[in-house]
Amino acid sequence: MKSLGSIRRDFAPWNDPNAKPYIQFDKVTKKFGDFTAVNNLSLTIFEREFFALLGASGCGKSTLLRMLAGFEQPTAGRILLDGQDLRGIPPYRRPVNMMFQSYALFPHMTVEKNIAFGLKQEGMPASDIEKRVAEMLRLVKLEQFAKRKPHQLSGGQRQRVALARSVAKRPKVLLLDEPLGALDKKLREETQFELMDLQQELGLTFVVVTHDQEEAMTMADRIAIMDKGEVVQVATPAEIYEAPTSRFVAHFVGNVNMFEGKVAERAANTTRITGATGAQIVVENAADAANGADIVFAIRPEKIKVSSKKPADAVNALQGEVYDVAYLGDMTVYHIKLDDGQIVRASALNASRVTEDPLTWNDRAWVSFRPDAGVVLTR
Amino acid sequence: MNATWSRFNITSIVLGFAFLYLPIVLLIVFSFNESKLVTVWGGFSTKWYVSLFHNQGLMDATWVTARVGVISATVATVLGTLAAITLTRYTRFKGRVLFSGMVFAPLVMPEVITGLSLLLLFVAVGLDRGFFTVTLAHTTLTMCFVAVVVQSRLVSFDRSLEEAAMDLGAPPVKTFFQITLPVIMPAIVSGWMLAFTLSLDDLVIASFTSGPGATTLPMKIYSQVRLGVTPEINAACTILIAVVAIGVIIASIANKRREVQRQRDEQAAQRG
Repeated sequence: MKSLGSIRRDFAPWNDPNAKPYIQFDKVTKKFGDFTAVNNLSLTIFEREFFALLGASGCGKSTLLRMLAGFEQPTAGRILLDGQDLRGIPPYRRPVNMMFQSYALFPHMTVEKNIAFGLKQEGMPASDIEKRVAEMLRLVKLEQFAKRKPHQLSGGQRQRVALARSVAKRPKVLLLDEPLGALDKKLREETQFELMDLQQELGLTFVVVTHDQEEAMTMADRIAIMDKGEVVQVATPAEIYEAPTSRFVAHFVGNVNMFEGKVAERAANTTRITGATGAQIVVENAADAANGADIVFAIRPEKIKVSSKKPADAVNALQGEVYDVAYLGDMTVYHIKLDDGQIVRASALNASRVTEDPLTWNDRAWVSFRPDAGVVLTR
Repeated sequence: MNATWSRFNITSIVLGFAFLYLPIVLLIVFSFNESKLVTVWGGFSTKWYVSLFHNQGLMDATWVTARVGVISATVATVLGTLAAITLTRYTRFKGRVLFSGMVFAPLVMPEVITGLSLLLLFVAVGLDRGFFTVTLAHTTLTMCFVAVVVQSRLVSFDRSLEEAAMDLGAPPVKTFFQITLPVIMPAIVSGWMLAFTLSLDDLVIASFTSGPGATTLPMKIYSQVRLGVTPEINAACTILIAVVAIGVIIASIANKRREVQRQRDEQAAQRG
């Protein structure tokens, strides 16, 4: 069975027409004065989903999260949670909790008091609070830090306290605003997997806001790419990467090569494209591009093969010369300057330690790729 | 940095400190003078301290000053904190700039003018001058100082702390008392101390707004000095200086300790 990406997903309520939406943004608009932060946005999130809002700063992703938490009111539109309209419900009565980017730990309270704060507001009996706090401390492995104040903790420990505090009340939805933004790279990678495990263990719905595409790709079931207050594409990480629907998404996530061109000839399975500088490309995924339409052919660097001789069976092969080479250890990145002047980025996995006659600067080289290696974009 | 003691450095330090502290040192030394003559040293004695405590007038004035100080500082702290919160939080109401200017104007207003205008107001509304009016006047004077201190703390206050509290289920009023107030408490306390100190040493406004039976210590000292300085007054001033100095020293030691402890904690946390 063919599928996009390299992971098979069993959890996919978004493909089930009978699945009940859990969180619904229904034509939501939010204006701050003249500035439109969120523009007529509709979005559906399902129960137990790990959902990521990905976008550059100022794209409206944080505003969306803050509207869900109740800190901002939509100018127009509705937000539904489990069928209930959230309009007019203040943050302290919503069954959602948020983990803040700055962690927002209460500096005058110990770790355990921080975690217990939300439970106390609920009026939970003291003995139950004690039990739940101990459980949370165990969950984030901070048992021996219970009596410390936040300033006596390292960045990673503070992050875990913030997490424990926000899940202690067992909210219906956990909102995470750049949850790993303040951690260094190594800790961030570890914590990504910890968050995923935690979500599985607690069975909560997670909505995370991030500007880090790797983070979103690693953790999320589905990603919504946002730009200028609108959702550009909602899809699984593999779909976002392998089948972007617009130039913006293709550019935003990962590296990509773009060939400007026109649809020259449509056949049953394949479509021939004439590049702006005359190159001929044959592709399989031309979507609904009509004959003669201006399109962009987008292909990821790792789908392009670089060789010193023209591969015999190649459908698409273009000639150029090696412009730049970067050896990154796990892979090597080539910049090939094609004879028509366009620079193509190609990456090759270094699957063996020794390479016979490797390419170097100014060598003549061929780039080749399969007809199904890229996508045709009309937007 | 040049760490050696050049002759120039020593001279300037001696001159500077002499300029600042010579008058105070003289006052303290002469409070222990045996002789009644202020400028002639007649041997060491603590008799003026004993007689000070038997001087009913001075003791009454001290008691008045303490009560005026505590009450006015407390009221000023409440009002000043409220003003600071409003001015930092509700940034979008009309005339905010005007309001903040008006709150802080008394900081630079000559005390004579503040005192005189308060006096005119009290006369106009028919308030009998006394303990109540001087307390009210000191509240007016010190409120803006409290507002400045508390506002500077609120500007750096992380609003997400309050949002986090509300997110966890605390309504706004509870959030204020459980989160905001404890976090800004150090600023409020130092605002109170500042207000109390200002009230303690104010002479001008108190002279305008006080009445019979509500003579404050500075007023008492000033009026006695006009009849001639007695070593008793020196003793009273020495005690005042001691009280203020001890307060300042305790506050700065506590501050320093907290800072050191904090640094140590943070280093410990970094190490893991």
